[in-house]
Amino acid sequence: MTLLLKAEGLRKGFTLHLQGGISLPVLEGEALELHAGECVALSGPSGAGKSTLLRCLQGNYGVDAGRVLLRHRGAMVDFAAAEPRLVRDIRAETLGYVSQFLRVIPRVPALEIVVEAGVEREAARALLRRMNLPDRLHSLPPATFSGGEQQRVNLARGFGPAYPILLLDEPTASLDAANREVVVALILEAKARGAGIIGIFHDEEVRDRVADRLHRVLPIGPAPATEAA
Amino acid sequence: MSALLQAEGLRLRFGAAPALDGVSVAIWPGEVVAVVGESGSGKSTLLRVLSGQIAPDAGTVHYAGQDVLALSEAGRRRLMRTEWGYVHQNARDGLRLGVSAGGNVGERLMAAGERRYGSIREVAARWMERVELDPARMDEPPRNFSGGMQQRLQIARCLVTEPRLVFMDEPTGGLDVSVQARLLDLIRKLAKEMGLAVFLVTHDIAAARLLAHRILVMRRGQVVEEGLADRVLDDPRHPYTQLLVSSVLAA
Amino acid sequence: MSAAVQEAGGYNFAYLDEATKRMIRRAILKGLAIPGHQIPFGAREMPLPYGWGTGGIQLTASILGPRDRLKVIDQGADDTTNAVSIRRFFQRVAGVEVTTRTAEATVIQTRHRIPERHLTEGQVLVFQVPMPEPLFRLEPRLTEARRLHALGDYSLAQLRLYEDIARQGETGSSYNHPVMVNGRYLMSPSPIPGYDNPKLHRSAAILLFGAGREKKIYAVPPWTEVRSLDFDDHPFRPMLAAAPCAFCGSRDSYKDEIVSDDRGGRVFVCSDTDHCRENQS
Repeated sequence: MTLLLKAEGLRKGFTLHLQGGISLPVLEGEALELHAGECVALSGPSGAGKSTLLRCLQGNYGVDAGRVLLRHRGAMVDFAAAEPRLVRDIRAETLGYVSQFLRVIPRVPALEIVVEAGVEREAARALLRRMNLPDRLHSLPPATFSGGEQQRVNLARGFGPAYPILLLDEPTASLDAANREVVVALILEAKARGAGIIGIFHDEEVRDRVADRLHRVLPIGPAPATEAA
Repeated sequence: MSALLQAEGLRLRFGAAPALDGVSVAIWPGEVVAVVGESGSGKSTLLRVLSGQIAPDAGTVHYAGQDVLALSEAGRRRLMRTEWGYVHQNARDGLRLGVSAGGNVGERLMAAGERRYGSIREVAARWMERVELDPARMDEPPRNFSGGMQQRLQIARCLVTEPRLVFMDEPTGGLDVSVQARLLDLIRKLAKEMGLAVFLVTHDIAAARLLAHRILVMRRGQVVEEGLADRVLDDPRHPYTQLLVSSVLAA
Repeated sequence: MSAAVQEAGGYNFAYLDEATKRMIRRAILKGLAIPGHQIPFGAREMPLPYGWGTGGIQLTASILGPRDRLKVIDQGADDTTNAVSIRRFFQRVAGVEVTTRTAEATVIQTRHRIPERHLTEGQVLVFQVPMPEPLFRLEPRLTEARRLHALGDYSLAQLRLYEDIARQGETGSSYNHPVMVNGRYLMSPSPIPGYDNPKLHRSAAILLFGAGREKKIYAVPPWTEVRSLDFDDHPFRPMLAAAPCAFCGSRDSYKDEIVSDDRGGRVFVCSDTDHCRENQS
């Protein structure tokens, strides 16, 4: 199977300068591989750093050490060291991400949010319908939507462009059973077309149905405070 | 591909205080770069140096291969009215108040050599529509428009010649919050549609998050942190950036 | 003391001293070399107030020779107070021949008109100019106006024209309509009616402009291209009164409108008195 992503030696910690410079190490020597057509579920106790790992893989967090090699336009590039412009290109073409919450942009209607991600208008409309968002909501900005409705717009934006790699952070958290089924179907379809998926699935039943294997993220012991502290 | 605007090692002092202390910046085609920092951090000075309005004590500024600091007055003005745009914080500084809305939008076209009255009006009307102003009001003076409308008119005036690089100095400063959101969304949309490179100076972190691809954080004349917009705001490293981000509610 | 000075009854020939004339002639030559560009000069106090043609008089004084024949018109007429007194002034201080006939004059000083009759090579037309800066009303800062001239940036003037059409539906001003000289400098033609503007284009005569208060001289050498500022789809079209001249019947000359009786009756007559006289004879 084609290797899509290979993370190795990832280290990530936070230095909180406003709290006297205390240092919180979260990831140490983290390594992960993702191949085409598979879904890897991150597991581990809460607070272990699953979310931090996902954000490091998405580029939202910068890593302190290590590499994230990622297949972009047919070649492996070190995403962790990529220039902001390259990160933008990779996010636009290769790396999709569904966050836990939709970050609402004022005045942009639901349909446009999906279209702007690079989805044909009709396909975007069909996808929103499939997410059980009726047509009357398509032309409205999601700011006034319920949490579940916003999340479904978010999912449509993430699944619409058919990214080769997709990162999912609790994609079914605020969904009812029917919509959960839709998401499971979307994930299975994505895998079938060869996409690689890394996700955090709070819902074990969903996880068991979509994940090919688990990747455990374990908490590392609290590090000694920095000298500054 | 190379950077559209590239500045290296900029230094400038006003008296004893360094306004720019070794600043380097590159802006790529189609990239929206926001500079954040409190007043006095040097961000406005940086804007004026990059746009060739004031000369630094040291350093270089290149635009599309041209040495901006060595440009003649004529060359700088030509850039300013063709490939560059400048959006002032105060619309009154960027508009001619004695001239109709349509005339304000059409002026750059005339400066670029357009001599057909009909096409000037056509393009001006289209641009008024694009910034969500009623083209039927194109013969009215700017003072008939609200603050937010004036700001949108200024943006139309600036973009009508389809510049490649637009400098914006606190474009939403002094506007009501609801008006700000509309303006930010408009800027975001136009920048995307036109593939504009934007150099935006703002103290509004939320505006920077919404518009910018990349953020520079300035403090005391230095860039203390820079990078991908969401990474700088969600994973700030420098103590000052952490302070700046933590001071903002739900940015 | 030279013979000329004695002839002029105690004054140097044509009033100004020779050093001043030389200075003004240098400015004129510079002006002719850079058509339409305003040249500053050290304007002298003249024995009449600003606004009465002090700039024009200094130019005339500097180019006048003993064999010249001078004509002076004010709004086209030879017989108005201003024209008469300037003509008399030069008769007295230069002793030159004067005439009212356009065809016979070698130097014509004018305020606000260009004679109807085609001027010929060898003639010089001297304009009295109140405000030489064509960007004056558009850009109040003179240093900035100068910079715009230097850069050839006349979008402001074009913008003013745009505003005129947007408001009034027609190109511009009925008088003092700005012109582009030799494709380079924007120039105020002085407050002549737009009807006269086309006569500036490829004029056989030398055109000199003098502004006494503003201390500026500019010039257009013979056969120079002078275009009225306009838009391609709104070409400059000067207005002309439809009525014929009440005296000579001319239809194609520029007219003054005058009240002819106590009941508000109006007639149109030629503004150029010499032209009207020629038509009648």
